[in-house]
Amino acid sequence: MGMAISHAMASGMGGMRAAGDLVARVQMSKGMKINEAKAYVADKIGVAVSELTDPIIMSEVREDLKIGTLHPVGSRSVKFMEAKKNMAKVLDLEINCVNKLMS
Amino acid sequence: MSKIITRMGDGSAVEMTDSELMEDLVKGGEDAAERGRIPMLNKEELQYLFDVFKSPYKFVSVEPGNEVIMTYDGAPIKMTRADVHMSRIQALQIYEKMFGADTLELGHIDYSYKQIKPIVGFEQPLVEQTLMVTTAPLIYGAMPNLGLYSQPDGPFPNPSELMPMGKIKEAQESYEAAVEDAVKDIVFVGGEMYESGVDGLILDTVGAAGDADVMASAIATRMLKDKYPDICIEFGMAGEFTLGMHGEMSYEGIRLAGQYAHEQVKVAELAGASLFGSVVNTNTSMSTPWNLARAIVFTKACTDVANIPVHANMGMGVGALTVNDFVPVDVISRCSKAMVELCKLDGL
Repeated sequence: MGMAISHAMASGMGGMRAAGDLVARVQMSKGMKINEAKAYVADKIGVAVSELTDPIIMSEVREDLKIGTLHPVGSRSVKFMEAKKNMAKVLDLEINCVNKLMS
Repeated sequence: MSKIITRMGDGSAVEMTDSELMEDLVKGGEDAAERGRIPMLNKEELQYLFDVFKSPYKFVSVEPGNEVIMTYDGAPIKMTRADVHMSRIQALQIYEKMFGADTLELGHIDYSYKQIKPIVGFEQPLVEQTLMVTTAPLIYGAMPNLGLYSQPDGPFPNPSELMPMGKIKEAQESYEAAVEDAVKDIVFVGGEMYESGVDGLILDTVGAAGDADVMASAIATRMLKDKYPDICIEFGMAGEFTLGMHGEMSYEGIRLAGQYAHEQVKVAELAGASLFGSVVNTNTSMSTPWNLARAIVFTKACTDVANIPVHANMGMGVGALTVNDFVPVDVISRCSKAMVELCKLDGL
């Protein structure tokens, strides 16, 4: 785990704390290189590329777009499958589990 | 003149002078350039590395804006290895919510496609339940592991016993039979996992049993991509150099034996892989600066020609990281930063 945490701190996008999972999805489903994938996500969610790793800005954006937050507090906070369903729409991509498990 | 404290490839601490540091950087880089017949680091890149090792800080990082995506291998297994016992779903929730993971990777403790095949029906509900309580992309991972197809673990005669007896043809036939069976196992398990909803698969340690291992992985990747065009497959290598254990295997006209990362990635692309996991092995007798310069020369040659995202392998013993279970953070952070920024990586 020391390895995973150290790399995430040194070079990672922060996962759900910021936009790491979103950029990962685009890279995985559209085969985009990192800069292209970041630009694609930034455009779709309406932030600057430099804001993709800012946890303060990204938590607000994630909450507004209902695509899942690190701390989903409240009785109707959007999370997991519902968040992924919204994510597919916002990022304009197919998410396998949404298609397979929610159809 | 101040001393620079860094590590040897086995993790032990070592002190170097400025000139010793630069000498190791040059020699490590030249070793890769000569072996791979690829460009050496330029003056600016060597100075960048020199400055990274001169930094007095215990932990360093990339500059804001240079962050990349993290993928993993055997993620929940790392918890078990540390004697932290929990369900694999909980392990991945911890990766997602507490480790800053950009992607999640589910794997069984017996981490080979052959071993997963008879229990795939028990793995699928776990995949489906994990998808219900996580948000990041979920990848299922296992190894092609062609070694499991030869006796005494598998059905075919052991090539490593046949070759010393001079039975080269028989050894090659054994590898060819193993490829056929491995392809069936990878395609079966991969297909089942995709039907259960995973976002992608990792073929981890491709080439561990040499060129036949790469062959099986490439054929299986192509078959899965043809059947599921949207599936993401990460083609993660086992080593920096594909050993010619069979010696005469070619995929789409490309000879597999003797390839380094910048050639391996072309096979992955031809097979339809979505991500490529490059590897450069660590030499325990040489210093981290020597190993890092060497890893960067090999990896940069790969990212220079790659058309798909490259996620360099940077776990224990690869990507210049030391060969021990508890890699020091001064080494991880320096290697992480330098590999990402000099090689223009897409992920780790």
